[in-house]
Amino acid sequence: MKMKSHLLPDFIVERIEERCNRCGVCVKQCPWGVFSWNEDKSDIIIDYTKCVGCQRCVIYCPNKALIVKPYEGSYRPNSYWTKEVISDIKKQAEQGGVILIGTGSDKPYKVYFDHILLNASQVTNPSIDPLREPMELRTFIGRKPDKLEIDPDDFEIKTEISPNLVIETPIMFAGMSYGAISYNAFLSLAMAAKEFGTKFCTGEGGLPRDMREEYGDVAIVQCASGRFGVDPDYLNCACAIEIKIGQGAKPGIGGHLPGEKVSKKISETRMIPEGTDALSPAPHHDIYSIEDLAMLIYALKEATNYEKPVFVKIAAVHNVAAIASGIVRAGADAIVIDGFRGGTGATPKVMRDHVGIPIEMAIAVVDQRLREEGIRHKCSIIASGGIRCSADVVKAIALGADAVYIGTAALIAMGCTMCQKCYTGKCAWGICTQDENLAKRLNPKVASKRLVNLLRAWSLEIKEMMGAMGINAIESLRGNREHLRGIGLEEWELRILGIKGAGEGF
Amino acid sequence: MIGSSCGIFGVMDRSGRRFSGEIVVEAMKNMYVRGNGLGAGFAVYGLYKDYKEYYCFHVMIERRNMDAKREVDEFLTDNFHVVYDEEIPVNDEIDVVDPPLFWRYFVSPKKSGQDKKLSDDDYVVKKVMEINTKIKDAYVISSGKNMGVFKGTGFPWEIAEYFMVEDYKGYMWTAHSRFPTNTPGWWGGAHPFCILDWTVVHNGEISSYGTNKRYLEMFGYHCTLMTDTEVMAYIFDLLMRRFGYPIEVVAKILAPPMWDQIDRMDEKERKFYTALRMVYGPLLVNGPWTVIVAHHGEMFGLTDRIRLRPLTAGEKGDLLFLSSEESAIRAVCPNPDRVWTPHGGEPVIGRLDEKALKRVIE
Repeated sequence: MKMKSHLLPDFIVERIEERCNRCGVCVKQCPWGVFSWNEDKSDIIIDYTKCVGCQRCVIYCPNKALIVKPYEGSYRPNSYWTKEVISDIKKQAEQGGVILIGTGSDKPYKVYFDHILLNASQVTNPSIDPLREPMELRTFIGRKPDKLEIDPDDFEIKTEISPNLVIETPIMFAGMSYGAISYNAFLSLAMAAKEFGTKFCTGEGGLPRDMREEYGDVAIVQCASGRFGVDPDYLNCACAIEIKIGQGAKPGIGGHLPGEKVSKKISETRMIPEGTDALSPAPHHDIYSIEDLAMLIYALKEATNYEKPVFVKIAAVHNVAAIASGIVRAGADAIVIDGFRGGTGATPKVMRDHVGIPIEMAIAVVDQRLREEGIRHKCSIIASGGIRCSADVVKAIALGADAVYIGTAALIAMGCTMCQKCYTGKCAWGICTQDENLAKRLNPKVASKRLVNLLRAWSLEIKEMMGAMGINAIESLRGNREHLRGIGLEEWELRILGIKGAGEGF
Repeated sequence: MIGSSCGIFGVMDRSGRRFSGEIVVEAMKNMYVRGNGLGAGFAVYGLYKDYKEYYCFHVMIERRNMDAKREVDEFLTDNFHVVYDEEIPVNDEIDVVDPPLFWRYFVSPKKSGQDKKLSDDDYVVKKVMEINTKIKDAYVISSGKNMGVFKGTGFPWEIAEYFMVEDYKGYMWTAHSRFPTNTPGWWGGAHPFCILDWTVVHNGEISSYGTNKRYLEMFGYHCTLMTDTEVMAYIFDLLMRRFGYPIEVVAKILAPPMWDQIDRMDEKERKFYTALRMVYGPLLVNGPWTVIVAHHGEMFGLTDRIRLRPLTAGEKGDLLFLSSEESAIRAVCPNPDRVWTPHGGEPVIGRLDEKALKRVIE
């Protein structure tokens, strides 16, 4: 039965006629089918109902003749039955399925980062100028011993220290799989991590063999519920292993890479047949409890001769502090907490927008809980999910994180415009696609340069903020909530975050 | 956290010879502008040689609250053998503001139950914390053997005259003059800060306070006085007394070399410093500070690693001086054998020779 769609358009495309010379670049650039030639190729027809607002045509139009903006037409204004609510109902009435979507939640929940202000030194404590004085960001990720045994005669450390990752800035690239993103995007992350002295996480799609020799030492390889691409060589070529239990954009559910994206190279990397769906179950079917997790952690450590730190990544959920404590006791060397703003290539919209808790609160309660139990040093905390700028990094670390993962921000650096259509596989920017013609739009040399620039820019800003606080080593910022003050927060929020309100002194 | 820009001074006779506090007071007078009259104090080592086998508690009773005094008496009788106690003599003619009552008790531990497992020192620390947190208006400001702390609100010479410290003799003295910047001075907030025979005088503000404090909490230290100095004292207690590290190592935890220096070291050194920074990063003390720390037999001065607060050292024979300013050393020792300025993070250490140390503590 043919059913007429009742959906309103999302965007409108306007053409400035006197600028447009009908060159046809927009037709080539738009993968969504907005632009097409008319029959005799004398004009370009615009079907803006297909537009997703990715802005590819706008940037690449040589004559700057295009404007893409939200469609202004709307239903009768209603602050309860909003345009989005009505559209979602209509969409489901037409299709009868789960609404899929990409990226992290865009809902206007309170952003705690934006309700926290930083401190600076004045008079009693000199601020430190990072352009004149050393300002140290080097960070170690992994388990630290309770105490160092030191031979007092020749100052030798007797204690054996578990393997730790060394990163030159407290920012790493979050897990985004080859499959979810293109080979070029994946390679760009690896190249940038290597150049800047940090690490990238492979996500759950394996690590292509041709990248292992050069980028293995900067790769945190993921072992997720689908176990794609996991073999001894994969584990041993890496700098660390991450067991992915969950992610902030879809806590408690699995993943699905449709068969049409499983190309030859992806099939080899994931070790599944070409063209078959890659299904990640919601739980690991060998982990139904914390003791099962401990067994996997130690199985992976055995498989890698106890030479690699093992991370465990979970979504920030209500009981995150107790869960994190269990994970540390199960033997994890680092715990990755992914807040509810965390991004994704595809998730049911209802999960993305309604499940989980903010990363700021999750870090605060996990850090506090581990300290109360006296085990904070046994495990690093990596904050992930919605880190937007260097100030977010500083606030996350001051709340108690050792480092952060960035995913969405890295994609934006490469070209992503947050159109949220990642799940379609038609990314116009060549990032979230396996279409060869689209993927080659992303030049790894250029994209990795953009990523390195971003890391450099944020690192410089972090140094400025630290210097202003009178701190010259990142370890003195970690968990240092005295440098944070809340604004526009209620008592319970301040209590959870473990910070004082603006205007309160030390 | 009370930011402060202060004057600090320490002097020891490394042969163990005892001397009066007169030169310490003179030196402090010379650093007049480093304080503002809101706090000063002195620590004297080798003070109570007749009772040297007993812990001596100097207890401050705020507002001369006699209920608090009775509670302290009861607490001490229950938990210690009190061999002698008296009011600490003061000169009432000196005009100081709201002086509390000061009482000293010479005690030895009377352990019972679970506490029997504790060493004497750990027992004393525990009981001191109990008094300080549980008995209102009572604070143990000094708790070591054969040493004592005298401190209060006023300029150093006022506090010195009030407690008549020139009548006391010790082989080692430290002193402090305070310039608190954001809270009114109170008698208990003055330096030296003391636990067991460890004392700290400190000049500066710790920008890593939150990190240090929360790390120390994992080891059972709870910072109640909201001063940077308290954090310093607990760090030294943890690393030196409990972990047994020498100051040469401890200095490199509080004020480690920069990574670019460490990266240039030979492998063994690099491994050592890397491990220290990895494991004890939360005890890096950031911001501007100088401390003089003393305990029986040893005194040392240390600054932050980029040396944002001053420290000068001087020597004359067996005497070792540590001071915020060289002028204060020269004021009491016009012709020192040597005066020098240590690098940031490099400790200046004075130690008693072993024979002298035995004389002091046994």
